[in-house]
Amino acid sequence: MGNKVAIIGVGQSTFVRQYPGSIRELAFDGFKDCLQDADITTKDIDASVVCSAPEYDKQRSPAGVFAEYLGLNPQPTFYVESLCSSSTTGIRLAYSLVKSGLHEVVAVLGFQKMSEISSSEAQERMGRGADIQWESPFGTMMPAYYAMYAKAHMETYGTTPDDLALIRQKASTYGQINDRAVYRKPVTLEMFNDPENIMGRPVTTPLRVGDCCANADGSSCIIVASEEKAKAMCKKPVWIMGLGSATTSVNLAGRDLFSGLTVAQEAARQAYAMAGVGPKDIDVAEVHDCFTIAEMMAYENLGFAEPGEGKELIRGKETYKEGSIPVNVDGGLLSKGHPIGATGGSQTRTIVLQLRGDAGDIQVKDPAIGLVHNIGGVGLYGNVTILGR
Amino acid sequence: MGKKREVDDRFNKFGTVSFTAITKTNDFIKHLEDGRVTGTKCLDCGAVFFPPRADCCHCLSSNMEWFDVSGTGQLVTFSKLTFAPIGFEEDVPYCIALLDYGTYKVFGRIASSIPEEEIKVGMQMKTKTNTVSNGQLNYVFDKA
Repeated sequence: MGNKVAIIGVGQSTFVRQYPGSIRELAFDGFKDCLQDADITTKDIDASVVCSAPEYDKQRSPAGVFAEYLGLNPQPTFYVESLCSSSTTGIRLAYSLVKSGLHEVVAVLGFQKMSEISSSEAQERMGRGADIQWESPFGTMMPAYYAMYAKAHMETYGTTPDDLALIRQKASTYGQINDRAVYRKPVTLEMFNDPENIMGRPVTTPLRVGDCCANADGSSCIIVASEEKAKAMCKKPVWIMGLGSATTSVNLAGRDLFSGLTVAQEAARQAYAMAGVGPKDIDVAEVHDCFTIAEMMAYENLGFAEPGEGKELIRGKETYKEGSIPVNVDGGLLSKGHPIGATGGSQTRTIVLQLRGDAGDIQVKDPAIGLVHNIGGVGLYGNVTILGR
Repeated sequence: MGKKREVDDRFNKFGTVSFTAITKTNDFIKHLEDGRVTGTKCLDCGAVFFPPRADCCHCLSSNMEWFDVSGTGQLVTFSKLTFAPIGFEEDVPYCIALLDYGTYKVFGRIASSIPEEEIKVGMQMKTKTNTVSNGQLNYVFDKA
């Protein structure tokens, strides 16, 4: 028997503005969806990894609470976090637990209930994912940091605010048909340029309201298994071909590149090398579009376009479902919402469904290899995962 | 007995809202009060740090000296916020920005006296100390 590692089940809750329940109940929704997808029971799971960004919940150490609520006692559980990339960090960890032989079937549970606090408070807490000693006292927040990258990208490459709006327009095309997404209305370039429309209202120049994803409550679950278990338990396992992960300076003063994310470049390099594939081999991708500029940079950092050429991909609709490299055809974070700890699991779910041919209305034609790009903080943490049939 | 222990929590003074009270770089605040913006330099390997650090990640020395951020830096990028996180509502609109001094970079705010249309990526700016309206201390970037 080989030594490969598979994903044998995927699930997520519907992402909503305000979940009408507690965090353990929210986690249950994604977990149940996943177990039904995998057609397994709690007894089949050896261990669980719980992923979220702390500071939103009153509950300390949610992993133990979830293990009990989800019927995963006495199996071990523990908590990992890397801000918005927490659940792909959890998948990386589950891969190593399985690869080492310590466990055979591991559940990776991501969640976030952001509605516990106000939007301003959430901005302040998210801002504290950056450098609280030297940057936060100036009044920073995630959109403003990404806006600084957008400004630099525009200055360096001539990217325009309308190019970014086209990314949101694409996201909404698919968000409208994703019944798990929080934002399901159409968003168009014209709305960005209509002074009466909220989408075009400035938040932090050059980013406008429509360039930013919304906070959401949600959970996701991914089941990672050994090759032996996958073949015994699952008709259509999806294999983890490559994993890449990188970090950089938390303070922008410690960085040299502002028109792209070095963590994405480095994580992609590692993942491509491990999988033995390149950007041209990717049939479908999920990228971390917390802001439109983040998707633009991802095109370039993942090698789908040369630096500065990302705008040509979106102008030519190459990242639509029928294009040469479909990206975020589930609506992305921009439509689905971004429940921090659940996001990477939700992205992974979309790619697994695509590779299994189970993606329904958003199914890309016969994909063999897919990619997940999940970023934590303002390019502080970067995870790239390559999956194959 | 009963005597309160003195705590050096000067860093509470940094920025509109400080999230750090105690740091080994607390003298940074004294320097701001004296009109200086300062970084640190490792006396053992010569590495230069802004923001200042108490410890060198290159040679693991904690033998540091202060230097003054002086001259001009080039504006790398900036953003004007019209929506602020909690605690900063009184300050909007304001611009956060990054200056490149060559051997180090400085993250901060652009002086509110500079009209937005005059702010251009690539322009030379200088860093100066500033008192925030609520009495706190920070530094801002002004025209060179």
